[in-house]
Amino acid sequence: MSQVVLQLQNIHKKFPGVHALKGVNFTLRAGEIHALLGENGAGKSTLIKVMTGVYQRDDGDILLNNQAIFPNNTGDAQALGISTVYQEVNLLPNLTVAQNIYLGREPRRFGLINWTKVNQDAAQLLKGYDLDIDVTQPLSSYSIAVQQLIAIARGVDMSAKVLILDEPTASLDADEVQTLFRIMRDLKARGIGIVFVTHFLDQVYAVTDRITILRSAQLVGEFETATLSRAELIGHMLGKELAALGEHKPQAHATSGDALLSVQAISRQATLSPTDIAVSKGEVVGLAGLLGSGRTELCRLIFGVDKKHSGNVTFHGQPVNFSSPRDAIIAGMGLCPEDRKHDGILGQLSIRENIILARQVKQGWWKFISRKEQEEIANNFVKELSVATSDIEKPIEQLSGGNQQKVILARWLAANPSLLILDEPTRGIDIGAHAEIIRLIRKLCDQGLALIVASSELEELVAFSNKVVVLRDRQKVTELTGDEINPQRIMQAIAAH
Amino acid sequence: MLNRKFIPLTITCCLFFLLFGIGSVQFEGFGSTQVFFNLFSDNAFLIIAAVGMTFVILSGGIDLSVGAVIALTGVVCSVLISRYQLHPLIVFPIVLIGGTIFGAIMGAIIHYYKMQPFIVTLAGMFFARGLASVISEESIPIEHEFYNQVSAFGFEVLGGAWIGSSTIICLVVLVIAIITAHYTRFGGRVYAIGGDANSAALMGIPLAQTTIRIYAISAFLASLAGIVYSFYTFSGYSLAAVGVELDAIAAVVIGGTLLTGGYGYMFGTLMGVLIMGVVQTYISFDGTLSSWWTKIVIGLLLFCFIALQQLLIKTTPR
Repeated sequence: MSQVVLQLQNIHKKFPGVHALKGVNFTLRAGEIHALLGENGAGKSTLIKVMTGVYQRDDGDILLNNQAIFPNNTGDAQALGISTVYQEVNLLPNLTVAQNIYLGREPRRFGLINWTKVNQDAAQLLKGYDLDIDVTQPLSSYSIAVQQLIAIARGVDMSAKVLILDEPTASLDADEVQTLFRIMRDLKARGIGIVFVTHFLDQVYAVTDRITILRSAQLVGEFETATLSRAELIGHMLGKELAALGEHKPQAHATSGDALLSVQAISRQATLSPTDIAVSKGEVVGLAGLLGSGRTELCRLIFGVDKKHSGNVTFHGQPVNFSSPRDAIIAGMGLCPEDRKHDGILGQLSIRENIILARQVKQGWWKFISRKEQEEIANNFVKELSVATSDIEKPIEQLSGGNQQKVILARWLAANPSLLILDEPTRGIDIGAHAEIIRLIRKLCDQGLALIVASSELEELVAFSNKVVVLRDRQKVTELTGDEINPQRIMQAIAAH
Repeated sequence: MLNRKFIPLTITCCLFFLLFGIGSVQFEGFGSTQVFFNLFSDNAFLIIAAVGMTFVILSGGIDLSVGAVIALTGVVCSVLISRYQLHPLIVFPIVLIGGTIFGAIMGAIIHYYKMQPFIVTLAGMFFARGLASVISEESIPIEHEFYNQVSAFGFEVLGGAWIGSSTIICLVVLVIAIITAHYTRFGGRVYAIGGDANSAALMGIPLAQTTIRIYAISAFLASLAGIVYSFYTFSGYSLAAVGVELDAIAAVVIGGTLLTGGYGYMFGTLMGVLIMGVVQTYISFDGTLSSWWTKIVIGLLLFCFIALQQLLIKTTPR
């Protein structure tokens, strides 16, 4: 076994209200390509930011060639030999290609930058990556794929021992991905340790040697790519060993069967292939699939956040065509988005103001809700959903993730919707709140509310879904009902190849 | 083919020579080397201040304190020289160092408190202007043999044009600034921060150090501009140089530097000041036009250049 270059031991990282890494280990060897996998919120990006000095660890050790290191910023990490290339290529579009490659370490003569040498060296360096381009042109004149290779060339040239590629393939086409893989294998042969973050499983199997999987801020394990089956891999990512999942009877409950929402062949270019979905009153429809499978995209299309390119939506028996979320809210829908912090809460506003929002939109802004009524509504929901807070005037950002999520739920419930779409409602919240939210979902559908719940927690989906729609590669692959709803079946559907 | 990034600069240069040519054809004596070099000597303090402003704008910031720092420098110089009888060669280092520290503090506040440069330097502007007025509301004359020597210093060049001390100072500043902007690592960092501060940080650029240095340089050059300004006026006055920061910003933009940062050339700033100067000269040669026409022409030019920049950004091939 080759030598270990980078070792992370027992890394902890906490943010206000979130324990983002709970004692994670990670080992990278020289001359290997190591996939770092996990669903959104599993802790991948936090771990990478800890490695690259963007965040400082709260506890644990980082050893580079057996020396403990404490990078305080990306500059430190780079100087130590840890370079990162991001999906959105963090180079400078206004500078030339050569300037980007040598920024901050330009060769000098008599104290002044020697531009002839900068340009010659850059051209020479890029030839090694099969890039024969004019290095004196601004970076912005080249495609993302080329920019990415330039970023890699820069990273490696800065005497990198460790190269971190954070979702580099997300915006590349198939040929460009192949070029990137060839370069990655070259670099591997030169003894560089490569961390490869992606959510394309095909690419993991095509190029990596080992896989480290994170889930819910914890390490699931390190595996040899060659000996880990696709089903096992997905099992690890989504959180249940296949064997451990025996009979798990879905808690199905009778539904009226009256159609509430019917979506036919809804699609959006490069986002979702035509997909059907139907929801009855009092029914919970689960959306299963990995990150990037089209789960979130489907939710957004139904709610009118993104414009659909084709398809028909019927809601309450009426054909509808939402051009914005506002239309959807007025028609009686609600959406709890996946990214609570950015798309859900309004951090500086109070709990009361956050709760009242959707109802206000539904009523129209000119119809003022009196302060007394607002307080009444807020207090009722805070009590009913047992939001842990002393005061409804507290800014919502001071609450924990779970309580924030309850407030967002309250926001929608206050608007009295007939269909609620929850995208990853339990992400990043602690176990206690997690169970409460699931109980709440059940209670809501007992009261006749219809729900669409997208989740990567299979157990969760099994626990409350009447029907599970499985998505893979931006399209619906199957729909499971009744006894078919069990983690094993869902996982098979996701993994089927 | 002409490189796209040189388009604004080329237009600025062509425009300058066009205006100068029109003036030369129209008025006798306009097209002389003396008139040309007067553009430098009349605007030396503005060139110096605009050079500092160029660094700031290239980094995506703005410095509104420049005019006030010029006035404060003049007031401090005149008080120390006339009232306390200090030699100017002792006073100059004091005001230059003081100005630099003032700028460094603004830079540090901008970086560490993540404040808008606009607000921080606006506060700096009020502070410097207020301090100057507190020291003296009256204009204080400077009488010192050294000042007479400095203003008499100079030499003749071809065509019998006279190059004075302020022209020499501003040309030296310009040359050093061009070298700094284009041939040092610091210069690269300024462009990098202006392009995308976040990416620059991820590429290992020391943001704090660079930001502080940029504002320190701007304030240093503003102080130097204040000294040069006092060579014209032989006095220090707290209400002097009002609005010079805006002239400097206008010169930088007309010189082809993008207000959002990241693109532009130091040399363009010189051309920006010279264009403003040539318009002024034209109006004074004409004699019938109010000198406020300068402002109107500058306003139109600014508008055209901003429109041009937007056009270039929108048509950039992706």
